[in-house]
Amino acid sequence: MATTNTQATARVMMAPSVIILLLWMIVPLAMTIYFSTLNYNLFNPAETPFIGFLNYEYFLTDPAFLTALTNTLILVLGVLAITVIGGILLALLLDQAMWGAGIVRLLVIAPFFVMPTVSALVWKNMMMNPVYGLIGQFTRALGLGTVDWLSQVPLLSIIIIVSWEWLPFAVLILLTALQSLSEDQKEAAEMDGAGFLSIFWYITLPHIARAITVVILIETIFLLSIFAEIYVTTGGGPGNATTNIPYLVYAQALLQFDVGGASAGGIVAVILANIVAFFLVRLVGKNLET
Amino acid sequence: MSGIQLRNVAKRFGDAEVIPGIDLDIQDGEFVVFVGPSGCGKSTLLRLIAGLEDVSGGTISIGGKDVTDAAPARRGLAMVFQSYALYPHMSVAANIGFPLKMAGQSKAAIDQKVKAAAATLNLTDYLARKPRELSGGQRQRVAIGRAIVREPEGFLFDEPLSNLDAALRVNMRLELSELHAQLKTTMIYVTHDQVEAMTMADKIVVLNRGRVEQVGSPLDLYNHPDNLFVAGFIGSPKMNFIKGAYAKEHGAATVGFRPEHTTLSKESGAIKGVAGVSEHLGSDTFVHVKLEDGTQVTARCAGEMAVRHGDTVWLTPEDGRLHRFDEKGLAMREAAPKLRAAGSGL
Ligand SMILES: Nc1ncnc2c1ncn2[C@@H]1O[C@H](COP(=O)(O)OP(=O)(O)O)[C@@H](O)[C@H]1O
Ligand SMILES: [Mg+2]
Repeated sequence: MATTNTQATARVMMAPSVIILLLWMIVPLAMTIYFSTLNYNLFNPAETPFIGFLNYEYFLTDPAFLTALTNTLILVLGVLAITVIGGILLALLLDQAMWGAGIVRLLVIAPFFVMPTVSALVWKNMMMNPVYGLIGQFTRALGLGTVDWLSQVPLLSIIIIVSWEWLPFAVLILLTALQSLSEDQKEAAEMDGAGFLSIFWYITLPHIARAITVVILIETIFLLSIFAEIYVTTGGGPGNATTNIPYLVYAQALLQFDVGGASAGGIVAVILANIVAFFLVRLVGKNLET
Repeated sequence: MSGIQLRNVAKRFGDAEVIPGIDLDIQDGEFVVFVGPSGCGKSTLLRLIAGLEDVSGGTISIGGKDVTDAAPARRGLAMVFQSYALYPHMSVAANIGFPLKMAGQSKAAIDQKVKAAAATLNLTDYLARKPRELSGGQRQRVAIGRAIVREPEGFLFDEPLSNLDAALRVNMRLELSELHAQLKTTMIYVTHDQVEAMTMADKIVVLNRGRVEQVGSPLDLYNHPDNLFVAGFIGSPKMNFIKGAYAKEHGAATVGFRPEHTTLSKESGAIKGVAGVSEHLGSDTFVHVKLEDGTQVTARCAGEMAVRHGDTVWLTPEDGRLHRFDEKGLAMREAAPKLRAAGSGL
């Protein structure tokens, strides 16, 4: 694709797929924007008058919006912190040559293959349930009493469930990065007098920095739209303690039958995601350059 | 005093015995080269001395202190790896200064020592660069810089020049010898290249399958190899070996003579053969000769020697330059029996 001629040909050849992709994205987006300017309620779908930015005003000034925004951020940052730090520690552990490392690795990766709905149900009923849950039985056996996880610390519970789902991903990426660190470098550092912590800080961490950025980037994209885990465990409650932006949009549309308001919420979510993506891509770009 | 002593040092990896047991004395300030074919355990031996591997038996002492169980950093040795093992995300200055930083020295002291090392190694203009922005030779120098700033009691080099092209290798060889002359620190240098060993070493240790075949000065090994392995390994081109009748005449199982101690003639000589390929190097010509029993030998002749492929030629080993070996391949040092008349053929 070096000459002007081949470039022009390439453009023509690529045009159909580019156009299809564009339509694929543009049409739903345009329709959502269109709906977001209507007073469109499913109780009265016959009349959908144009109301301008009123839906946005309602959505953004709704006190639930600010809670949902905070919850979304806490959820994303909490899960990122747990999976990145836990992922690094686990990857360091699995990187050691030890007996049965292959099986342990498989076990660590396994949660990744469990569907979010299933894992949330398992956590809700088998782990966090104050009566039957394993955690409750364990703490009771220790004489510590029980915590009703999903009603007493609902957001933390969601963070734990989602972290459990995403930890394998982080471990997988970070372990691969760790394994590509040359033994020579570690040995050179060892001869230079670096201890375990210095080697980690000066050699290992810079080496896996790029992989960490990739983990953060990919996880953030998915964590911004967590829904199934909330839906099957807390239903956004108690109150709206675990309502994040996607769940708020859902509640608006299907619990209050307000299609216009939900569309406005959807657009707000898209804008938020783009702001986050903008900063993330800059972060990654900087890391990929060096 | 920082001589290094190995006493019966052994190393096994699982069932594989890589080094059965080595005794070795390295004097303070000596440039010692471990040389041997690939896989003979040179790197392993070096890593045992460095402390990067644990010994399976025996003791290592440095400067009179037993360091067999000491951590690498406590042995006072610096190592230059074959891959250089530079820290890719650090600048050249940070790479060179890393050991000092780990030793907890002040920024000012580190800065000053890094500058001094960079000046010695012609790296001053590159201090701010990252390793991947340097050429192979420059990376090599950074690795050496990182080793010398620590002012170690000894340097360990593991095939440091094998990633460089031929011209650069010759240069770096000279620079390393120069560095040793300046610093007068003990250096242990591992290579599979006998030319590097011959040109740089005060003392060569020839290794084969984890055993020491011979220890000595380069000329010692060249003139008085203890056995067939050393005789064949040291010197380029390789020493010629002849078995059979000609060897028996000299009272040996095998006799050896170097290509450069061989006279080639088209008329007469001690051993008859057929000329094969001639390699013209300008100053010399190497003529490859096939003897009647199929043995391949080489003779070094003057540059303008004109021998055609297929010519019949005679070879005569130079007087007193014949090496005799017994059935076990060990050198026979006592005087050879009196030669009968020359020209007896094979
Ligand atoms: N970590 C190891 N585990 C098992 N075998 C090893 C290990 N390191 C080296 N060896 C074996 O020891 C022998 C000597 O290796 P090495 O010291 O690297 O040879 P050299 O440097 O002389 O080429 C080789 O046969 C190699 O396969
Ligand atoms: Mg080696």
